[in-house]
Amino acid sequence: MAGVLLHVSQVGKRFGGFVALEGIDLEVREGERLGLIGPNGSGKSTLVNCICGTLTNDRGHVQFQGEKLDGLPAYQRTRKGLARSFQLPRPFFSLSVADNLRIPLLYTVGARGSAHGDMDGRCAELLHMVGLHDKYDAMPVDLTQVDMRKLELARAMAAEPKLLIADEAMAGLSHSEIEDILKLLVRLNEQGVTIIMIEHIMSAVMSFSQRLAVLVSGKKIADGDPQEVVRNPEVVRAYLGQ
Amino acid sequence: MDEEAESLENKGWGPQPAERGTCAGNAGEGMIFSYDLLINAIIAGVLLGGFYVAVTIGISIAFGILDIVNIAHVSFIILGAYIAYFLNVNYGLDPILVSILMLPVFYLLGTAVYQIYYLSFERRGQEALRGLAFFFGLMFVTEVGLILVFGVDYRYVQAAYVGPSLRIGVADFPFRMLIPCVLALVMFGILQLFLSKTYTGRAIMAVSQDALALKLMAVDPIRIKRIAFGISVATAAIAGALLIIIHPVEPAVGREYIGRIFAIAVLGGLGSLPGTVIGAMLLGIMESFTATFYGPSWAPAVSFGFLLLALAFRPQGILGR
Amino acid sequence: MRWPTFLAIALAVALAVAAVARFYGNEYYFIAAYVVLQYVVLATAWNILGGYAGYVNFGSAAFFAAGAYTTIAFHSVVSLPIPVLIVLGGIVSGVIGFIAGYLTLRLRGVFFAIATLALAVVLQTLIINWDHVGGSRGAYLLRAHEFPYIGSYMQYLFLMMLLLAVVAVSVARLIERSWLGFGLAAIRDDEAAAEASGVPTLRLKLIATTVSGAFMGMAGAPFPYMLGYVDPASAFNLAYAVNAIAMPMIGGTTTWVGPVIGAILLGTIQQVATVTISSAVNLLIVGLVLIGFVILAPNGIVGLFQQWFGKRRAR
Repeated sequence: MAGVLLHVSQVGKRFGGFVALEGIDLEVREGERLGLIGPNGSGKSTLVNCICGTLTNDRGHVQFQGEKLDGLPAYQRTRKGLARSFQLPRPFFSLSVADNLRIPLLYTVGARGSAHGDMDGRCAELLHMVGLHDKYDAMPVDLTQVDMRKLELARAMAAEPKLLIADEAMAGLSHSEIEDILKLLVRLNEQGVTIIMIEHIMSAVMSFSQRLAVLVSGKKIADGDPQEVVRNPEVVRAYLGQ
Repeated sequence: MDEEAESLENKGWGPQPAERGTCAGNAGEGMIFSYDLLINAIIAGVLLGGFYVAVTIGISIAFGILDIVNIAHVSFIILGAYIAYFLNVNYGLDPILVSILMLPVFYLLGTAVYQIYYLSFERRGQEALRGLAFFFGLMFVTEVGLILVFGVDYRYVQAAYVGPSLRIGVADFPFRMLIPCVLALVMFGILQLFLSKTYTGRAIMAVSQDALALKLMAVDPIRIKRIAFGISVATAAIAGALLIIIHPVEPAVGREYIGRIFAIAVLGGLGSLPGTVIGAMLLGIMESFTATFYGPSWAPAVSFGFLLLALAFRPQGILGR
Repeated sequence: MRWPTFLAIALAVALAVAAVARFYGNEYYFIAAYVVLQYVVLATAWNILGGYAGYVNFGSAAFFAAGAYTTIAFHSVVSLPIPVLIVLGGIVSGVIGFIAGYLTLRLRGVFFAIATLALAVVLQTLIINWDHVGGSRGAYLLRAHEFPYIGSYMQYLFLMMLLLAVVAVSVARLIERSWLGFGLAAIRDDEAAAEASGVPTLRLKLIATTVSGAFMGMAGAPFPYMLGYVDPASAFNLAYAVNAIAMPMIGGTTTWVGPVIGAILLGTIQQVATVTISSAVNLLIVGLVLIGFVILAPNGIVGLFQQWFGKRRAR
């Protein structure tokens, strides 16, 4: 039985008077494919931010590979093997598309001591995987929203994570593009990368996830087998039945 | 500059030593502690704190609510002070009257500056570096412009209330500090009511939290921000007149106030107007104590030292979000 | 171009400049050239933090003055050669930069900018109250009249500043093209995304702040010897604060070339203007040009060049 890779226990986060997350418990096992769904504003991205260290949770703990992450800055968490793509793409606008990937290659992979000999080649390889190989020298400002999302995903992949959190990586993509990204994520998973997929595209989530968790108004209301979860009346009422 | 400051102090300006006894001395001499000194230091501090509210409230709006780092705000205050001086010296107008007349002018100035700021920086997401440099340039140009027009001598206004004080027992309330303090708190009260009770005021408070929600309510967030920034600069007109009532000005005075303003805004908690009052009072009292017991030349360091400490250890301030 | 090659070329250029100066120079020319070179160092130093990392420093005068006053503090106690004083000034300013950075760089860039404003006033207040360095009255320094082989003392100072400028520019270029510069650019573009990609943002910002502060202090260290007199008003002069920002922003902030262009261009114009117009008008024009460039040509002169020749910044 695969061990627990990520353990989120009783994580809470408030912004002034607004409670974004309350008492979140979540476990992700090694090699698992977890789907995370919920309405907009339910706290999914806040949870990701707390896990990855971009935000500090007020309550609760985050453990990765048995190690407590509390207090660790985000860059160290990334170096330990936690990577994420941002829901709204945030490329480095003054760097070329390829150079955007060089940052995690230098600062995450390189910092671990396993730097690639041929960084240019690795950049090209990553871009090819997401379907951006012809944009190697382009500047992010010239990319479409869709391409920027792909770049976002590629940048997370460049960090060679053990756990990859893909935050709405498929928003706005065409059907065939969604298929491509799905295949990519499955392939990554087969290579040993644990993946948390945050999505609104239910068909993708259902076909990808081995387990499904649902977040509504900062609380987790369901967690288990995807087929059962989508039939859960509370989930239907809060999110699916619209 | 020091000699001139000293001679002006003898005319009744500058941080006043308490009524009885002499100033407790510069560092190195013995400290003469008396209750008269203490009480009057506190009073001076509170009055000063009240005035600081006027000076800071514009930044609380601009920076605390709108997230615009308008470091040129001090320059607008100094500009207001010089306009009050000019009209006072040449036409005998009371400085407070001048400041009220100047309110619409400064408001328009504020909206114009915001429009440029928005079109050039906010819209392009470049406010971090370029926006700051823009305001820095404005501050600089205003200061140098004032030097060119008015020179570096200290300027002061003549008004009936500048000399005398109100005496209650051992407590001394100089009118030139009492009136600005009262007016500043009145201005604060009006603004607080405006922001919490009126539609526009609440839209301004809301725009800092959720511009999207405003758009959905068919309210143009840009217009709201423009109004808010206009108000923020308008407060500088009043603050400037109050400043020159309290003590003489010369163009470089603004630089001392930058640190004070941001120290108060940060200490009190950005975006909280009541917090501004608390922060201003605290700073006023601290500076008054320092000036009374250690000498006035250390006073600027107090505010800036506090700012640095506040930034380092509690950047969200006392009442901050 | 590898950095040793660049350094060699820069030194060669510097030597050529020095030789020409020697041939033509009169005392005034050396003073003017010294001031321009001083601005090259200041602008380059500012840009390491401001242009590369996106963190604006409004208190350049503080770091500059720290270097100048380190010289004065030592002057009455022990006589030290200028190169040593430059290093000492650099160390003191570097430490100040480090401390200021440590206290404020964990916050948003805006708070750092405000803190630098505060720093200048705090430092000035401390200096005014410190009698050992002359307080508000200022301090006088006697300097030698002649240097063997080199000529007048001013020529010697000019050479020192020329060397310092070469070093500063070389270091800036080295940083810009290294992994460090890359990380700083990521921080400038999107700090949270950089951090999420593994960039140790606080550490890199601290390095940039320390290096930037150190070079500003080095630029200030020989300053007391130039005039023979220093007081807080001259050391904390308004001109340093605005020029340290205006020169890189007008020249162009993304590369080492920008501050150099800005410093030489603006510095020379100001030297000429101060003689013909008043120094206040001169500063006014600098301020106006800064505002103009920031609004209309945000990438500076370098940016304008790149647009005209259709080049894009890609590696």
